[in-house]
Amino acid sequence: MTEHLVFMLQLVITGIAVGGVYSLMALGFVLIFKASSVVNFGPGELVLFGAYVSWATILNMKMPLYLALPVTLVVAILLGLVIERGILRPLIGEPIISVIMVTFGFASVIRGVLNMTWGSDTRPFPVLFSPEPFRLGPVPVSPVHLWSFVVVLILLLAFSIFFRFSLTGMAMRATADNQQVAQSLGVSVKRIFALSWCIACVVSTLAGIILGNVRGGVDFSLADLGLKVFPVVILGGLDSVAGAIIGGVLIGVLENLSGGYLDPIFGGGVKEVAPFVILVLILMLRPYGFFGKAEIERV
Amino acid sequence: MKCGGFRVSYRSDERIFDTALPIVGLVLLLAGLAVFPPFATTYWMDVLNRIGIAIIGAIGLNILLGFTGQISIGHAAFLAVGAYSTAILEVNVGLPFFLAIPLGALITSGFGLIFGIPSLRLKGLYLAIATLSAHFITTFVIVHWESMTKGVVGLSVPPAVVLGLPLDSDFRIFYLIYALVVPAILFAKNLFRTRVGRAFIAVRDRDVAASVMGVSLLRYKLLAFIVSSFYAGVAGGLMAHHSRILFPDSFTLLVAIDYLAMVIIGGMGSIVGSIFGAIFMTLLPEVLKLTATSLTGVYPQAFGFIASVRDVVFGLAVIFFLMYEPLGLARIWVRFRSYWQLWPYSY
Repeated sequence: MTEHLVFMLQLVITGIAVGGVYSLMALGFVLIFKASSVVNFGPGELVLFGAYVSWATILNMKMPLYLALPVTLVVAILLGLVIERGILRPLIGEPIISVIMVTFGFASVIRGVLNMTWGSDTRPFPVLFSPEPFRLGPVPVSPVHLWSFVVVLILLLAFSIFFRFSLTGMAMRATADNQQVAQSLGVSVKRIFALSWCIACVVSTLAGIILGNVRGGVDFSLADLGLKVFPVVILGGLDSVAGAIIGGVLIGVLENLSGGYLDPIFGGGVKEVAPFVILVLILMLRPYGFFGKAEIERV
Repeated sequence: MKCGGFRVSYRSDERIFDTALPIVGLVLLLAGLAVFPPFATTYWMDVLNRIGIAIIGAIGLNILLGFTGQISIGHAAFLAVGAYSTAILEVNVGLPFFLAIPLGALITSGFGLIFGIPSLRLKGLYLAIATLSAHFITTFVIVHWESMTKGVVGLSVPPAVVLGLPLDSDFRIFYLIYALVVPAILFAKNLFRTRVGRAFIAVRDRDVAASVMGVSLLRYKLLAFIVSSFYAGVAGGLMAHHSRILFPDSFTLLVAIDYLAMVIIGGMGSIVGSIFGAIFMTLLPEVLKLTATSLTGVYPQAFGFIASVRDVVFGLAVIFFLMYEPLGLARIWVRFRSYWQLWPYSY
């Protein structure tokens, strides 16, 4: 196999691994949007929160992993409840700019509180996998990428089963479809709103833990990754869970390919901006994404 | 005694000032500002200057967001284009500042026009996301177009020169900034007494209804972007002359969020509100800094926490205003004024 092809395959594989994490973040975003039409502009801070809390429980408080993980997830659920109850419920029915701004607001509060508690230094994450890359055919793959992808796959599968077969999952889909009808059939829409925030916080936390492992440490630059959610959800369609998953992987691959090939030309940083270029293109051509409901009104 | 608005003609209804008292007050305020610098420290002059720049920028954003209802998370990109084009016109072309600032603002307007094109197809949330990505693309270009912008190294700007006098200190640039703040406020205030301004408001309230009544959406949405980015261009040009060195890092997404917060906290759709919002958002970190300085005796680490405390206070302020006072400081101001207007019979 030529060197060129190996390089490309490597980029694609890394892209799929990173894209899996994007899918997780996008899943949280889409769930909230589907249930309550709230656009969360602070997805990165939720990821950051999860990463820091898991770091604190595992490394700071020296809890064993089987205890640390549930504790982290419970804290994430609590955060979801606080955000939904305290901040977003009073704003139901307000104009969209208020909702956007309030998510910026709580993102800022989370960032500030984390910074106050743990400072802004990079916190090393426990190394769970050997850094030694193994070979998949001729292409070197690092174990952490492989494992993160496997974990993401399992999580996404679990969530698909949850939405498809469990009663709560069906209630969530019903609410997303039509709030009034769902309510008349006995679904508590308020509970669904709260639940969607809790699930979003949980998946973001898991994404944070995985990202922490992939990058070998947590710092505040994790929050910038959160904004990559927007290209993903626009590509996949704002209200489509399947779209979020496929979009995440696609954006991951596209940004890695563009980074790998265009960085030498532009001198770095292409990876950060390429998803947003794609985003603008999609908005121009197909604003509701590949799988989203086409209800854009012409103005 | 005046106990209500008795308007019997359109002329009196459209008047900016009902009575002579506010005019006198404003003239006194301006006179006070004009003689203020010799008594102030450099620190407070710097704060005042930044407030002035923020006022222009916030009014610009309010015209777009508060009056026309177009959500833009790309205001920092407008400021950046204004600042860099003004600076480049002076450094590379050699124009004097009184040509460079308006030309820079015009360039920003053209940029805003392109920025605004998505608004013709996209609304609300989609427009917000489109402007967000436009912000990232703009900063990428600024960082990487090194032959023009000097990238992350930073672009130095010569001081503005008026009649041979270089405006190289906070005390001197102050007059230039406020000489532009006053017309910026007056223009915005008057804009909404004209056909164009009313068309903006109609687009905000109900775009379909507005277009039925003959308001061309294409024209007025783009015009709103042009006017808004012209303001941002002027603010950016002043920033270039105030800080005298430009880094791409001065125009992050957080700056755009700060400006959004100024408009929200000040009050959407209110010019006075933008002024209050700009003052509030500029003073907030300064007040925290002063508190931290006074606390260092008791609590030596206080200074290290300023940045994070600022984030928390900023977030809480935004949340508080959105929940309890969605019309912002402007609304509080109106209540305060009407209370004292009718005092002691204010109930």
